[in-house]
Amino acid sequence: MKRRFGVDRFFVQRTGIAIITLVAVLTVVPIIGVFGYIIAKGVPAISWEFLTAIPRDGMRAGGILPAIVGTFYLTLGTAVLSVPLGIAAAIYLAEYAKENWVTRLIRIAIINLAGIPSVVYGLFGLGLFVLFLKFGTSILSASLTLSIMTLPVIISAAEEALRAVPQSFRTVSISLGGTRWQTIRKIVLPQALPGIMTGVILGLERAAGETAPILFTGAAFFLPRLPSSPLDATMALPYHLFVISTQVPEMPIQIQYGTALVLIVFVLGMNLIATFIRSRARAKRQW
Amino acid sequence: MDKTLNWRETFITAVVKTCGYSAVVFVVLIFFFLLRQGLPALFEVKLGDLLTTRWYPIENHFGILPLLTGSLVVTVGAMLIAIPFGIGTAVFLAEIAPRWMREILKPLVELLGGIPSVVLGFLGILLLLPFLRVFLDLPTGLTALAGALLLGAIAIPTTVSIAEDSLDAVPQSYREGALALGATKWQTIWRVTLPAARSGVLTALMLGVGRTIGETMAVMMVTGNAPVMAIKSTSILSPVRTMTATIAAEMGEVANGSTHYHVLFFIGLVLFLISLAVNITASSVIFKSRKRAERVLS
Amino acid sequence: MKAVRLILLVLLVILTACGGSSGQTSSIARTSAYIQNKGSDTIVNLALAWAEQYQAEHPDISISVTGGGSGTGIAALINKTVDIANASRAMAADEITQAKANGVTPVEFVIARDAIAVVVNPQNPVRRLTLQQISDIYSGKINNWTGVGGDDRPIVRLSRETNSGTHVYFLQTVIRLGDPNNTTLFSTDTLLLPSSEGIINEVRQNPNAIGYDGLGYIPSDLMNSVVAVARNTDGPYVVPSITTVNNNSYPVARDLYMYTSGQPTGAIKDYLNWILSPEAQTIVANLGFVPIK
Repeated sequence: MKRRFGVDRFFVQRTGIAIITLVAVLTVVPIIGVFGYIIAKGVPAISWEFLTAIPRDGMRAGGILPAIVGTFYLTLGTAVLSVPLGIAAAIYLAEYAKENWVTRLIRIAIINLAGIPSVVYGLFGLGLFVLFLKFGTSILSASLTLSIMTLPVIISAAEEALRAVPQSFRTVSISLGGTRWQTIRKIVLPQALPGIMTGVILGLERAAGETAPILFTGAAFFLPRLPSSPLDATMALPYHLFVISTQVPEMPIQIQYGTALVLIVFVLGMNLIATFIRSRARAKRQW
Repeated sequence: MDKTLNWRETFITAVVKTCGYSAVVFVVLIFFFLLRQGLPALFEVKLGDLLTTRWYPIENHFGILPLLTGSLVVTVGAMLIAIPFGIGTAVFLAEIAPRWMREILKPLVELLGGIPSVVLGFLGILLLLPFLRVFLDLPTGLTALAGALLLGAIAIPTTVSIAEDSLDAVPQSYREGALALGATKWQTIWRVTLPAARSGVLTALMLGVGRTIGETMAVMMVTGNAPVMAIKSTSILSPVRTMTATIAAEMGEVANGSTHYHVLFFIGLVLFLISLAVNITASSVIFKSRKRAERVLS
Repeated sequence: MKAVRLILLVLLVILTACGGSSGQTSSIARTSAYIQNKGSDTIVNLALAWAEQYQAEHPDISISVTGGGSGTGIAALINKTVDIANASRAMAADEITQAKANGVTPVEFVIARDAIAVVVNPQNPVRRLTLQQISDIYSGKINNWTGVGGDDRPIVRLSRETNSGTHVYFLQTVIRLGDPNNTTLFSTDTLLLPSSEGIINEVRQNPNAIGYDGLGYIPSDLMNSVVAVARNTDGPYVVPSITTVNNNSYPVARDLYMYTSGQPTGAIKDYLNWILSPEAQTIVANLGFVPIK
């Protein structure tokens, strides 16, 4: 048995593995704790009224429907704007682009878009969409801002999904006389769709949970009615949680936990759907 | 029929190509916008005044150094937490845990990454702050440490996910080779597997750093937002003000075109450039490693 | 995949239906105005209560309320993105200049009065302070509670953010003691919390803390630890209340404002008139502010 510095290496291994396991436990347990805590404290607040009514009494009673609907509209708006563009860009990168400096530039750009702080997006959105283009504080401004933020996630995931489709599929299609676009549209894209959808959902999940980009581009403290046009401002779950936990005096703690729970369920529900699609697709894969 | 097909094909190729370039367009657009709104700050407030230690914009004190140190302290603190816990957990999941455990725990950790930062900030206010104040006997729990803990929690899932993927991607033959030569599992992990996954792990860390620097809501809710110069060794235990929280807190207030407006955009520009630097470093690291790997395998 | 798409489509239809049905009632009645109201976090809950009451009485009017601080509201008024700006401080000269340069002529309305209460943790024995003492605490001259006759504890100073009218008012009236030539600033380690509630939370939990905020924001459990303030060391130590604000014995009281762009007309004018009416002013008193006489 080799000894290094007089210490038996198997002893080192046992200790090391014990420490690593401890580290992992210390990481995982708080995660479960956080979820459990929010669920435990938030569930008592959930009721049909909470989910479908408009807030009353200075938002200390009633429900959070406008925030739920607002987040839904924002997510939808983001999807409409970023999904087509993102998938098209991914198709370009995976199917059309040659490996030259332009492509490398595009990839660097995507990585950078992914890294820009969310509050800088908010700044950009305020300056460009709200003020310069005069869309005002609206669902439109907020969705545009969020969609640029979501773009890199969708492009990366979609490109990876497209690349994963074996080259043989394309070769066969072309040998049968299909054009490049026909190949993509009828063969490659459908095969890559689960992977693309996973990426889209994960991107939208992030958009739904972000507060900083919508702070000055679309979020409102209180709206009496549901927004009826994209030029209306809107309440949104993340901003609402921020507001009720820091701005409104004598806010019942139950409502705060309830809102946090709804937000988590909304966001993580999307996560679970994405994971579900991913594993089902992996099972059904034709290669 | 051939002609229409050709025409359609060209049209679609053009559309797709434009979409492909869109990413570059957006980055350039954001950069120029920040530049255009942020550079005037350098003229309206001399560079020397920007690099002072007093941030009190309503009285024209625009010293951004406290904000820089604030962001720095919180980021460094967060990475000091995220690196050991992130890599440790990744190593555990990839090398030590049995398969079934990995299948459960990995999605669980990724789930943490999905929690919106405002929720973590919310829990931080309710649970973390009183705990820190009592446990560490501090004047207040609103400190850089609280921010670092929350940001570490936010950075860990990204780090674990990518690092674990990289470790998993190391060919089994590497491990088998090492074990055949008489190394213990532990020695294999640290001297063979981890170095082989080095580029992926570094990427994971850099992305974690990027996420941390850019985080806004959680820090705004728990760091106290006091514009102090956070340069003492005890600064982690004092309140700080980050660049991101400053922008979020003050952006609504500024009148379009005022000096304060330009300075906030300038801070945004600084954040943009920092994340640019981090990302370019990260991507060049991967690029170099990939090239090296290709050379080795050929 | 088809199943997933179908589910999403169904969800979309359901939610549009929900949104649509409540939109129905509002679209039928939606002949009149949509008023956007933004600004002071001090006023935001009052503005919200007013908006709720007014909309209950006038279902054809929609009023959206947002906070962000007085500076935010005024900036929005200057940027022409809001109808009514709420401010807990008067517009500054350069803001008025900027507004006029942008084609906005601000018109000021005093809609309520407010006392700034200085509050400490219930465990803290200190209950009386002079303006000078408060100024010294906040500017960093006094760092321990023993300096004002309290326990041996470090003082943790809490404040609103710089975009808050409350912050600016406190700076001018308390820290600088109303002297326009005074340039004292808040101590750099003052915690600038993004909201009133943040201050209340910390003061409630932390025995070292001192904070200030509008009287309407002091919850019932902290009402007993509001500090009585005196103008100087011989003056009477006065606790803030509707009476003491109205008879001017409480030294830290201020007007609360709403600004419009030009003289208001139509729905905005009606709303402002209602705000100045006795019915709306009762709501003011209920929320802990001081009604205008």
